Amino acid sequence: MTWEIVIGLEVHAQLSTNSKIFSGASTAFGAEPNTQADAVSLALPGVLPVLNRGAVERAIKFGLATGARINSPSVFARKNYFYPDLPKGYQISQMDLPVVGQGALTIQVPAVGKAQAYEKVVRLTRAHLEEDAGKSLHEDFHGMTGIDLNRAGTPLLEIVSEPDMRSAAEAIAYAKTLHTLVRWIGICDGNMQEGSFRCDVNVSVRRPGGELGTRREIKNLNSFKFMQQAIDYEVQWQIDTLENGGKIQQATILFNPDTGETRAMRSKEDAHDYRYFPDPDLLPLVIGKEWIEQLRGTLPELPQAKQARYVGELGLSAYDASILTASREMADFFEAALGDAKSQAKICANWIIGEVSAQLNRDGLDMAQCPITAQQLGGMLKRIADGTISNSGAKEVFRTMWETQKPHVPTGGITVGGSAIVQFISADEIIEAKGLKQVSDAGAIEKIVDEIIAANADKVAEYRSGKDKLFGFFVGLAMKASKGQANPAQMNEILKRKLAG
Amino acid sequence: MSLSTDDVKKVARLARLAMTEQEMHSAHAQLQNIFDLIAEMQAVDTRGIEPMSHAQELSQRLREDVVSEADQRELFQSIAPQVERGLYLVPQVIE
Repeated sequence: MTWEIVIGLEVHAQLSTNSKIFSGASTAFGAEPNTQADAVSLALPGVLPVLNRGAVERAIKFGLATGARINSPSVFARKNYFYPDLPKGYQISQMDLPVVGQGALTIQVPAVGKAQAYEKVVRLTRAHLEEDAGKSLHEDFHGMTGIDLNRAGTPLLEIVSEPDMRSAAEAIAYAKTLHTLVRWIGICDGNMQEGSFRCDVNVSVRRPGGELGTRREIKNLNSFKFMQQAIDYEVQWQIDTLENGGKIQQATILFNPDTGETRAMRSKEDAHDYRYFPDPDLLPLVIGKEWIEQLRGTLPELPQAKQARYVGELGLSAYDASILTASREMADFFEAALGDAKSQAKICANWIIGEVSAQLNRDGLDMAQCPITAQQLGGMLKRIADGTISNSGAKEVFRTMWETQKPHVPTGGITVGGSAIVQFISADEIIEAKGLKQVSDAGAIEKIVDEIIAANADKVAEYRSGKDKLFGFFVGLAMKASKGQANPAQMNEILKRKLAG
Repeated sequence: MSLSTDDVKKVARLARLAMTEQEMHSAHAQLQNIFDLIAEMQAVDTRGIEPMSHAQELSQRLREDVVSEADQRELFQSIAPQVERGLYLVPQVIE
């Protein structure tokens, strides 16, 4: 008998504001402990929260980008629990009226094994604003716990999906799409190592078409790789438990990346009773239509719309379109390199997905740090298109641009500080300097071919008696004689004609 | 709604309150009174009336997203029972 996997996600996206959600303390990452913990973060008596406009703006942008309803009024509530990293004794969150209501996210699930790639719409239940808690450090304090409240009060948007995902692949495609979107619209830096984008995954299994099974919630996954491992392990554990006649208890669980296993943190019986109630320190949040429309006007073209345009207008494959829209930097680079040469879209996409991405990878850089400019790549693509350089010539141009402009790292691996003044060399200058212009002059190529045929009479005879394989040998000789500068298509055509006699 | 002494015990535990049997007893009576008052209010017909989330009919004022707080760690930590390397120390908690 088969089992169906049911997955829903809760994602905490840290909003990219300068200051905290309810006070003017800084949210910068990596500060000395408690230097950004002001009176509000510390919950000193008598302090009151004042809501940050920037946090609300980012929540509205998210709602608009997912076609969701923006609730007005929306209400802040107290979620009560005891833990030293939350000195107020409650977290300010939202319960009944979240700022963002139902929305949807379209995801592209990649091909896995024999299964084809496909598109799916995941429904979003809601997204609400809340404050983050501080950090507890359990080691090295002679039996005490150290508390750093710098993170307390950092604005979070908790994005909750419906249990619409049916495999680990779908859950990861959803998380990645969401990750791309929040960075795309500039509401979250998406830095998973620093905890800016944390995923809780609700997993259950059931017989296809049957009632929903009991779910267990895997907390705080901060990488897509761990998410895959945690879901795979958890699904197998639940199936084994059920097939051995056991029952699943609702529980909160943790994934241990070292062992690849999940383990229960607390069971339902110990579950907190959060005693939510509207926070009397905060009035209802009212969001006017004009504000919403003003923010709508600031949204960039969204990844999904771009993908559709790349496929429809530029004739790219859905796969290429989805890779080019994996980040806004990548899409911007592609569009700037392409310029108005729409017919070159495929070759431009190939260079970016192929050579550019591979080089970035090798040098450990991301798109924003790309040493060459989109204009330089565009200039080079023009010279490929008009036949000035061959593909191998283009590779040489590309390599030259890259090597002269990539960030200088001295031996020892320390990057030199400050931005060096880099001379951006154009493709034309490199072609000129290195003599990469390919020879498309039929007369010149014919001369080379004639010389080769004269010097290799025996091989020519063999070829003419039916040894077709020798063609490659002649191509090699001819290319060498032209120093790799002959237009390959033209060269082949002339060789073939002359060798035929 | 009627409240049992077990409910009172549970609430006391969630609120981290150590209560004697006698305190439990008086808290039970007081809470029951509150519940009776709630029941009375619940009985009022409120059909067609939009619920309020705050006693005042005002909306939330917003702050511009600007850092306005300077570091006052030294001052704040001068009244903390125990600090070390900039951290507030508390009895160990591991869940």
